[in-house]
Parts: sequence; C-alpha cells; structure tokens
Amino acid sequence: MNSIISLNSVRFLVLVLTQVLICNHINFLGYVNPNVYILFIILFPVKNNRSLFILMSFLLGLIIDLFLDSGGIHAAACVFIAYTRPIILKFSFGMVYEHQNMKFNTVDFGAKLTYITIMTVVHHIILYSLEIFSISKIILVLQKTLFSSIFTIILCVLLIIIFSRKSK
Amino acid sequence: MQQIINFIIRNKTFLLFLLLFFISIVFTIQSHSYHKSKFINSANFLTGGIYNSVNNISEYLSLKSQNQILSEENNRLKSLLFNSENTIDSTYTDSITFNGLYKIYTAKIIKNSYSVADNILLINKGTKDSIKEDFGVITSKGVLGIIDNSSNNYSTVISILNTTSNISAQLKNTNHFGSLTWNGDSPNIVQLTDVEKIAPVKEGDTIVTSGLSSIFPKDIHIGVVKDFKLDIAENYYEINVVLFNDMTNLEHVHIIENRDIEEITNLLNSN
Repeated sequence: MNSIISLNSVRFLVLVLTQVLICNHINFLGYVNPNVYILFIILFPVKNNRSLFILMSFLLGLIIDLFLDSGGIHAAACVFIAYTRPIILKFSFGMVYEHQNMKFNTVDFGAKLTYITIMTVVHHIILYSLEIFSISKIILVLQKTLFSSIFTIILCVLLIIIFSRKSK
Repeated sequence: MQQIINFIIRNKTFLLFLLLFFISIVFTIQSHSYHKSKFINSANFLTGGIYNSVNNISEYLSLKSQNQILSEENNRLKSLLFNSENTIDSTYTDSITFNGLYKIYTAKIIKNSYSVADNILLINKGTKDSIKEDFGVITSKGVLGIIDNSSNNYSTVISILNTTSNISAQLKNTNHFGSLTWNGDSPNIVQLTDVEKIAPVKEGDTIVTSGLSSIFPKDIHIGVVKDFKLDIAENYYEINVVLFNDMTNLEHVHIIENRDIEEITNLLNSN
C-alpha cells in the first residue's frame, strides 16, 4: 500500500515537471504540444477512493494551470476525465474491470490503447474548447484536439512501454 | 434534514465533481477577461522560482542568437550617435536621465509562450524593482506586451499574442490610429482593426504605437502591413501586420514606466 502512495506521488511530481519544462516547449508545427501529464490520471490504481482521486486530479490540473497561466482549463479537463473514468474503463475493458482485480500491466494491449485514446480525446476536447472559448472557432478546436491527441497518445504509449515492469 | 444529509453523502462524489468543475470554469472565465486573473498566475515564488532556475541553465543555449540581437542593437545606437547633430559638450547635462517622462527598466524573459490562444510571459522583475501593473514591455525591435500581475520577484506580461490584448497603434506616416489585436492564428501576424476607411494604407507601411494609451510612448515600432481589407460594415480597415519581433526567440526586454500615468488616469476619470 505504501509503495503505491509513494509511486503515485513521484509520478505526480515527475509528470508535472516533464510537462511544464519539456512538453510545453516542443511546439511541433508551431502549436502542437503533447499533454503527457494525464498519464497520472490514466494509470491511477483502479481500486481507489473516488473523492480523493477527483481531488488529486483537480490539484494536478491546477498546478499545470499555475505554470502555464491558463486560468482553469487544465483543472476542468482533468476533473472531468477523472469523474468519467469508471465509465470509460467499463467500456474499454468490459468484464475484466467488473471483476475488480484489474492491473494495467496484465490487460491486453488493444483494450489499453482504446482506453488511453478515449481518455486523451475527451480531455483534449474539453481543454481546447475552454482555451479557445468561442463557438465560431470550432474547426480550430477540433484541429488542435486531433493533432495534440495523436501526439499525446503516441508519447503515453511509449512511456508506458518503457516504464512498465516485467509482469510475472 | 436527515434526508438532505443522506442525499449529500450518497452523491458526494458527484457533488465534489460539480464543485471542482465549477471552480475551474470560474478561473477559466476570469482568465478570458482582461486583467482579471488574480489567483492563478505564474508570478509566485514556486513557479517563478522553478522557471528562473531552469532558465539560468537554458539561457546558455540561445547565447549566440541573443548576442547577435544585442550587437545589432548596439550597431543601430552607435550609428544614431555618430550621425547625430549634437556635438557633445562638457557642460551639457542629459536631462532625460533624471526627470524624463519615461523610466526604463531591463528584465529577462524566463517563460515564453506563443502557441496557445492567450499567451502570457513571465519576467524576472517584480514589485521589489518597482514594477507594477500596466507598465509597457518592449524589446529592441518592437512592442511585446503589458504587465499584468506582479509578485515580489516576478511579473506576468500579457503578450500581444493574446486574444484579450488591445494596444493602440497607428500608421507611421499619418496619424490614423486603430487597435492592435490578435486572432490566435499565427505567432508573427497580428491584426490592426478600426482604422478609418479614408486612411491611406499601403502594403509595406510601418505600424508604430500611437502614444494615446499612455502606456507606451509614441513611435515604438510594431511591424509592417502585410495585407488589408475592409470589414463587413465597410467602414474600417482590418490590417494584417507582420511583427518585427520574433516572438519565438525572446530574452532581454525593456519595461517602460510612464511617470505621469496616475495624473492622466485621474484626469480621465474625473470627467
């Protein structure tokens, strides 16, 4: 239990620093930046205290907002995906999730990719609608969502593969 | 009463979600209105400190291009000095240095941003160096933005690449003025709107600050006209302006304080 808390705290800090110091300065094609910090929300243990989880996600988003001077857009997007995560989990993993003994290391890759994709796209749609904040620029919102999502998903999958421990 | 408490306990996750989501939306709306983002900004000791220490390392990477910019600036000032008509006289005192209208501070950008719709920069001077809200920020090439929030050691700057930014600007050779805004598309093109239809706009004309807002002095360079068209009502021009500044490569900036700004605002408010 203790190792889960310390693992997640370290992950929290490392992801925030990675996001604000590296990922927000990539500016691929001028504006495409990956948001890898949502890996914290994606990989949070499934068996958890939901209130605490939502509060942690809010805090994560707020810290990112503090660094990027972006008001509350990251906090809003994080809280939303944290709240809807059980639904997305059930949709992606089906039976395995309902047995309540799921570990991200052991499920098969296809389901995991679906799960990461849905989480990322939902997060990015909320993030960019709030950032641009204008219905007349919906095309720009969708364009930013599409490109950043592709970038984020690729990076998240790579990070998960690199840092996953060998399952016994 | 029992039922209300039961309801709250049963739906506590949902209520917590609603509360936090509402708080973030409030912060978001605040950040979209000019000069309202008081709580969530990076001018505090934690984020400012982290950005500052990282910038101390990363500034070495851009040393070459920054030296180039500074030497170009030196070059320009030298040529002004050598070509000026004033011969320097030993009894001549430069009155600008102690009671001029504008006071200039230097600062360094420690966080640059140009890829989102509302770009905000962070500089390493704050209230300790008597930097306050509404001071103008420029580089050697042109206008950069306006100070928004200040903490002890750091200040945030609303960049001209911010959809809420609004700076008064004019054509260099005539006095037709308009307001400079940004539509969020390209980091080197801004829009000058509300310029009267009778103004003689031509491609390649220089755009400078108008000095009407009392934040910037008159005639600070902004950019050149790329193209222009009339707006929907056909009364005003909408002009695309290519900036002189390379907003993606910034390091050394100057902050301008107008010493009379209090007097001017008092006068305007009293009417």
